[in-house]
Amino acid sequence: MLPNYASPVEKLWYWTFRLVCVLVLVFLMSPLLAIIPLSFSADSFLVYPIKSFSWRWYGEFFGNGEWMHSLKNSFIVAPAATLLATVLGTLAAVGLTSSNFPGKSLLMTVLISPMVVPVVIVGVGAYLFFSPLGLTNNYLGLILVHAALGVPFVVITVSATLSGFNTSLIKASASLGANPLLTFRKVVLPLIAPGVVSGALFAFTTSFDEVVVTLFLAGPEQVTLPRQMFSGIKENISPAIAAAAAVLILFSTTLLLTLEWLRGRSERIRTAKA
Amino acid sequence: MNAPLTAADGEPLKKKLAREQRLKQFKAIALVAPLGLFLLLTFLVPITSLLFRSVDNPEVVTALPHTSQLIRSWDQRGLPSDAVYSALAEDLARAKTDGTLADASKRLNMEISGYRSLLMRTARKMPLHVAPGESVRDHFIQIDERWGDPDHWHAIARNAKSWSPYYLYRSLDLRENKSGVPELTPVNERAYLSIFGRTMWMSLWVTVFCMLLGYPVAYWLANLPKRQSNLLMILVLLPFWTSVLVRVAAWIVLLQSEGLINSGLMALGIIDHPLQLAFNRTGVYIAMVHILLPFVILPSYSVMKSIPPSYVKAAISLGDHPFAAFWKIYFPQTLPGVAAGALLVFIMCLGYYITPALLGSPEDQMVSYYVAFYTNVTINWGMAAALGSLLLIATLALYAVYSKLVGTDRLSLG
Repeated sequence: MLPNYASPVEKLWYWTFRLVCVLVLVFLMSPLLAIIPLSFSADSFLVYPIKSFSWRWYGEFFGNGEWMHSLKNSFIVAPAATLLATVLGTLAAVGLTSSNFPGKSLLMTVLISPMVVPVVIVGVGAYLFFSPLGLTNNYLGLILVHAALGVPFVVITVSATLSGFNTSLIKASASLGANPLLTFRKVVLPLIAPGVVSGALFAFTTSFDEVVVTLFLAGPEQVTLPRQMFSGIKENISPAIAAAAAVLILFSTTLLLTLEWLRGRSERIRTAKA
Repeated sequence: MNAPLTAADGEPLKKKLAREQRLKQFKAIALVAPLGLFLLLTFLVPITSLLFRSVDNPEVVTALPHTSQLIRSWDQRGLPSDAVYSALAEDLARAKTDGTLADASKRLNMEISGYRSLLMRTARKMPLHVAPGESVRDHFIQIDERWGDPDHWHAIARNAKSWSPYYLYRSLDLRENKSGVPELTPVNERAYLSIFGRTMWMSLWVTVFCMLLGYPVAYWLANLPKRQSNLLMILVLLPFWTSVLVRVAAWIVLLQSEGLINSGLMALGIIDHPLQLAFNRTGVYIAMVHILLPFVILPSYSVMKSIPPSYVKAAISLGDHPFAAFWKIYFPQTLPGVAAGALLVFIMCLGYYITPALLGSPEDQMVSYYVAFYTNVTINWGMAAALGSLLLIATLALYAVYSKLVGTDRLSLG
């Protein structure tokens, strides 16, 4: 990148710039890299250096009723919220991109707003509104609000995929005698699938990582994994948290790789079309 | 050209087209409607009801309905008439049995401390037995002389309506004086203006740090060959996808006094006793910048990717110094996109709760913390709703600016 006739000042600037960038990337990765080894420490405190290796804290995490209960709850709430957000969000995105109608941009702004409204306000609002309806301390209330928080991501990703969608395919399908439902199922959905799936992944992590709304809406029965970690960090931070963190990092790495693979796939489809 | 074009069935084409377009619009709206309805019920209505709750003031009207009605015609001078005192006697006798007194006395205690015990004490003496010709007022003043103090009656009068700006005023460190005009509370009672100020200030600094660290990285990644930049991008995306609680836990591990950073610095001999990095402002800034940095890097990266490198090359070949070329040609092109990213980060900062709550001291808490505190700990929903409403208004105003600048239909994720 740097030509060999560069002056010393230019060289210095170039290497300083690179150093800064590398340091920022180190800053971004350091917490993840720091906590994983500690989960294998036999020590009862989360401190370096690690004296001996052990699976003890993983045993603690996977053998403990509270942690497992919260993990189970997260795997009840997040998929349900994801399903709801994905179905409603995809339909809405199809509607929003198919035609112009008055108030469309305002509607889009409203549909995206759960992303920017402070979560505490969503939590307190839902708590005060849902408690007379009996929707606090149960799964349904939590799933509904988590789905609302995940909706913007689905709407954004699916709309983005649809904006590159060639609408003459729909016309072709219709001219060949398919009804709109069949066209959607056989033509539109397979082509926008990468967008739908990545929106769903965003919605899933939103719910899977959500703690503030859960603080307000969940009873002791509905404690989710982040909620359990929240009280764990607040009360006493034990290495079982490091084990939980390591499991979650592994999980998010899997999600990220899936997403990157999907992105690559949809890019290939787009370039193949062009 | 005068005859309108018609379709095969003789109908004007224009009319047919318009009908077709209406049908298409209708279908589009029908597809958006389920989501609209869903968000209305789970998101918009709860938040709107929170806004209403910030001016909701039902306690006194519910517990003391007759008094509230009569006191509205009081001229606010001297003491109210005997009729108001008898209405209060009647209301208190009823309120102590139907359980509404507790809420009302809690509410009036916010106006004048000691009001709770005054009401409880007076209610115990109810019902009042007043001989004909005796003054009810004298009986009340005999029970407690504070019933002869107009200020205690002004407090009831101010709350004799079912809505009040009290909580909103309190959230801005204001309070109504006797003539109903808001004025700043005494200095030692002020709290919320500085909390709002602190929230803005911390958000501003986090945004600035994110820009300073994020811009160079985005520039570097955007100008690297695709294979390398994709690989390095993983290092940005992986923390982005990792649970916020995992990251906060990890930062506590790194920053605590026995943590990796302190022990590392001590081993290198740079410091001889641990620095206080966690559970103060430093810790909150570090973790918040860490969480929000990808939100600067990702949009900046996609803006920079779309800028053709030939402009800067042209400027340099025309004799500009590379720094000048960057500053005059490249930077202005990135500015709109990067500024929009910064605004989004600032908006997200305003609502932060978890990170300051886990990594900060009481002096580092932002508005959200107090909303949660008043909801869960002191159960003062009026105050929670008022602080929440002001935070919401600030956020939505900035979000409106953001969507004007960017256009929400152009929003993309990474």
